[in-house]
Order: sequence, then C-alpha cells, then structure tokens
Amino acid sequence: MASAIKPGESYGFFTDTSICIGCKACEVACKEWNQLQGNDPKFLADSYDNTGQLDDQNWRHVKFIDDVPTQTVDAGNGKAWLMMSDVCKHCKHASCMDVCPTGAIIRTEFDTVFIQQDVCNGCRNCIAACPYSVIALNPKTGTAHKCTLCYDRLQGGLQPACAKACPTQSIQFGLLGDLHTAADFRLATLHSQGVTQAELYGRDETVYGGLNAFFLLMDKPETYGLPNADNAKLPTRNDVGGYLAALVTGVLGVIAGIVAFRRRGTS
Amino acid sequence: MIYLAAEHFVRAPQWTWYILGYFFFAGLTGGSYAVATLLRLVGDPRDEPAARIGFYTSFVALIFCPLLLTVDLGASWLKFWHMLIDVTPGDQGLNFKYWSPMSVGVWALLIFALFPTVSALESYVLDRRARGSAGDPGGSRFRTVDAPAAPIGGVLGRAFNIVGGVLALFIASYTGVLLSVSNQPIWSDTWMLGGLFLASGLSGSAALIALLTRYRADAVFSLGRLHEADGYFSILELVLLVAFFITIGAAGTVGMTVSYLPLWLLALVGIGAALVAARGHMRIRPGGGGGSAVIARAGTDTLVVSVLVLLGGLALRAAVIFSAQ
Repeated sequence: MASAIKPGESYGFFTDTSICIGCKACEVACKEWNQLQGNDPKFLADSYDNTGQLDDQNWRHVKFIDDVPTQTVDAGNGKAWLMMSDVCKHCKHASCMDVCPTGAIIRTEFDTVFIQQDVCNGCRNCIAACPYSVIALNPKTGTAHKCTLCYDRLQGGLQPACAKACPTQSIQFGLLGDLHTAADFRLATLHSQGVTQAELYGRDETVYGGLNAFFLLMDKPETYGLPNADNAKLPTRNDVGGYLAALVTGVLGVIAGIVAFRRRGTS
Repeated sequence: MIYLAAEHFVRAPQWTWYILGYFFFAGLTGGSYAVATLLRLVGDPRDEPAARIGFYTSFVALIFCPLLLTVDLGASWLKFWHMLIDVTPGDQGLNFKYWSPMSVGVWALLIFALFPTVSALESYVLDRRARGSAGDPGGSRFRTVDAPAAPIGGVLGRAFNIVGGVLALFIASYTGVLLSVSNQPIWSDTWMLGGLFLASGLSGSAALIALLTRYRADAVFSLGRLHEADGYFSILELVLLVAFFITIGAAGTVGMTVSYLPLWLLALVGIGAALVAARGHMRIRPGGGGGSAVIARAGTDTLVVSVLVLLGGLALRAAVIFSAQ
C-alpha cells in the first residue's frame, strides 16, 4: 500500500471501533513519529483513559466510554465498554479552514487538512470552530496543532504511524474509495450478525460533506462525543444572520442618534 | 431560520482578558466615532465640541485595539501580519476572506484606523485654532468657545465622516458576529451578538462622551442630548439582550450563563442607569432653571451614570465571553 500513495488522490482513515481494544498503540506511535512530548500523566478516574482529550500533544486519543448497563441483561445481550481511537476528521467542509483568517490551514495534495506552522499566528479561531474539539494551541510555539495525517510520511510514500501500529486493523488507512468499500462491507457483515446498532459516521456527505477520517460506531454519534448530522453545521452558517442583526441595529442606532441630536437650539 | 444547536463538543478557544479588552475598546472606538459623526452632521453647531470629544475618544480607544489583539497571539505575536498577507508558498498575496469575520474585521480595523486618526487630528487643529483666536494660546480645558470653528473639508469632510461612521458601526459590531461564526455554545446559538455589542458600544460611547464633557465646558450643551441618545441605545440593547436570552434558551444553552449572573446583572444596571439618565435629561439643560446647582447635580449624575454604563458594557462582554468557555 505504501508505495501506491500518490498526490492528487484522496486518502483517509477508516476507524472501526467494533474491533478497537483500547491498547493505545496508535497514541504511542503518533507521539513517537511526530515527536510529541505528551502532557503530564493524570489520573482522571475515568476508566483507562489518562490522556483525556485530543489536543496539541495528543493527535490520537483512545476514548473509553462506559456503555455497560447498570441492570444485568440476558447472556449475549450485554453491552461493553466502547473504545474509539479519535483523531482529526479531515472534513471535506472543514470548519477550521472555513474561519482561518491567515490561510494557514490548507488542503494538501492528499486531500487532507493541514495546519502550516510557519503561517499560523495563534488566533485560535479554528479552535472555536472545530466541532470535534480536535485543535489546540501549543503555548510554546503559539500555534494551533492537530493531526497532520502524517503528511510527511505520505510524502515519503509511508502510511500514517497510527494505522501502521494498530494491531487489530481498527485503524485502516488508504484511498478513500477503497475505505468506503471496506466500511460498507464491514457494516453489512455486522448487521447480518444482528449488530444492528452499528452505523457509519462521516461515510456519506451528511456530516461536513463527508469525513476523510470516518468511523464505524457501535452507538449513536453523541455517545462518542460526535455531533450528529442535524448538529454538524459550519460556523459560517451564522454569517448572514449575524451581520443582518448588526445591520438592523446599526440602522436603528443611527435613527436613534438622529432623533436625539437633530433638534437644534435646545439641549 | 435561526439554527438551534442542541449539542456542542467543541473546545473553548481561551479568548479571555486581552480579547475582552479588545471587544470593549472596539465598541468604544467605533461607537465614539459614530456618535461624534452624528453629533457633527445632524446636531446643532454647538454640538461640535462634544463631537470633537468623540473623535478624540475614538482615537485613544483605537490605540488599544491592535495592541491587545497582538498581545493575545502570545508566542506568535510577530506573525500578526499574517492576518493581512497570505505567505503560503504558491499562494502569496493579500489575505481577505469575506466569509470570515476575523479576516474582514482585521481589514476593517486597518482601514477604519485612518478615520479616527484624521478626525482627531482635525479636532486638535480646530481646537488649537480656536484657542489662538481667543487669545489664549495656552488653552483652558474649561473655557467656553462660543462659536466653535467649523469642521474642515466641507462636503468632502462630511463624506469622510460618513464613511468613517459606517466603518465605525462595523467595528463596534463585528466582534459579536465573529463570536457567532463559531461552533461554541451560546455564541453560535444566536444571531444577536453583533447587534448587542453595537448597541452596547454606542451606549457606552455616548456615556463616555457625556462624562468627558465635564472637562470641556463648551461641550455641556450636548450633555442632555447625549443622555437622550444613550437612552435610545440602551433600549436597543435591552431588546437585543432579551432576544439573545430567548435564542440561547431555545438552544438549551442558557444554563451556562448562570454562573456569571453578577456580570449579567451589572450589564442590566448599566442599561437601567442610562434609561434613568435619559428620562431625566431635561434637568440638566443649561438655563433650564436652578442655575449652577442644577449643573453641578447633573455633573454628578453624569459621572455615576456614565461609569455604570461603561462598567455594564464591559460586564456584558465579559459575561458573553466567559459564559461560553
């Protein structure tokens, strides 16, 4: 696969959460390749998760979600911990790119979303916009950081470090079309096995025009901290409404000023 | 249709004190210029001294804006100019994204800066000239100028003020739109923030100019009119504040505002103070009866009201900024 990586094609991740075992090999591989120091370990009292979130030091984060019911259920019908290796979604319609005022956030020749560190000036508009809480500011560099989808590795014909390290193939890297085919097949298999709650997230265009890093989920997107299709909206949706309200206020403000100041000769 | 977001999984951008300061001064520089322009163009010739206070105020408030924005960038502050020029290899050129309020705002601020600078300089020249013609080259802050010199430039000067005034309204309002154009709770759940910040900026500016008339006797003529205008601006602000809470209430994020209740209340006190002062502005007419005692009382009222209005404007922005983060 590695030798086939070519500029001009769309690449991405298909993360199958149904086979994620929460080993965090992806986190380690990501940190090692990208020379991320990581944050100081914290005891979060939240399962086996001591990373906590995606941020400037964690470009992969394995979420542990307690989906175990408090009531005992029948054998074979129980639920389990949900594990999901979260990452930048490299959205087709990326909120961060939408609002970035410097042009630092670009779409690469591999159709991935990349923050140019030498251009970013740390305004943090992308952080306010990213609906997945992916981007964070590195206070030392004063710039925004997130997963690059191993842009440097792709340029060298290598697949991303996290996908290479994943022992269960939960994280698959490849051409987007191939990943879609694999995801559709996997979903059909799960549904045929009675796992009807399984669904694909970001496979189609309902979420930000489609995600280059899309997922097979074992519960609703909200359970994983992902906005559903109804809530996946671009920040610029509020441009017209916001400016319109300001315009109306401006007109009324000018009229108010004229009314207050127009009378001559009196105070 | 107003989009009502039920879910937010977004990280806070940590826009805190510097941005609060910028939003406050952006409201004052824009609001002051707009109020000053209105005073000059639709007011009595005796409103000219108050208009000049507005131009001075706008200029002074303007100075803080780029400083605060640049300091807020932290370690990357030397790259502030990347807002204006795209340095991406192969894509170099001016950086203007009409759909990004931050991009539009930076350009607007850059262009707007010309207007308060020129108008403040013009005001300074006119004031110097007036002092010279009155045989008082040293100048006295409290001396009345019976016939303030007319603004420079005639029709072109007025056009300059109008263009500056329009930009001023944008500067005072776009900061709210910038917040709305995000995916943050509260901010992105309403369209009201641009209008709300504009109304608050106009109100605070009218209050500030009214406050500064204490130091310029020839501007006292405009005091009552400024309070009246402040009252109208505050009504606008109140209506928009109610609309703001209705919209975020519908989106289910109103609960996030509770922890900043004192700030919201302070904002309301500012609005209330402006309304009370507007209602009673007849008392402070020079020659309206009561002589110097009335003027003195009006001065005290103005001090209290103006400080409350300004604090209210600051509290409003702080409440909006911090409630979402």
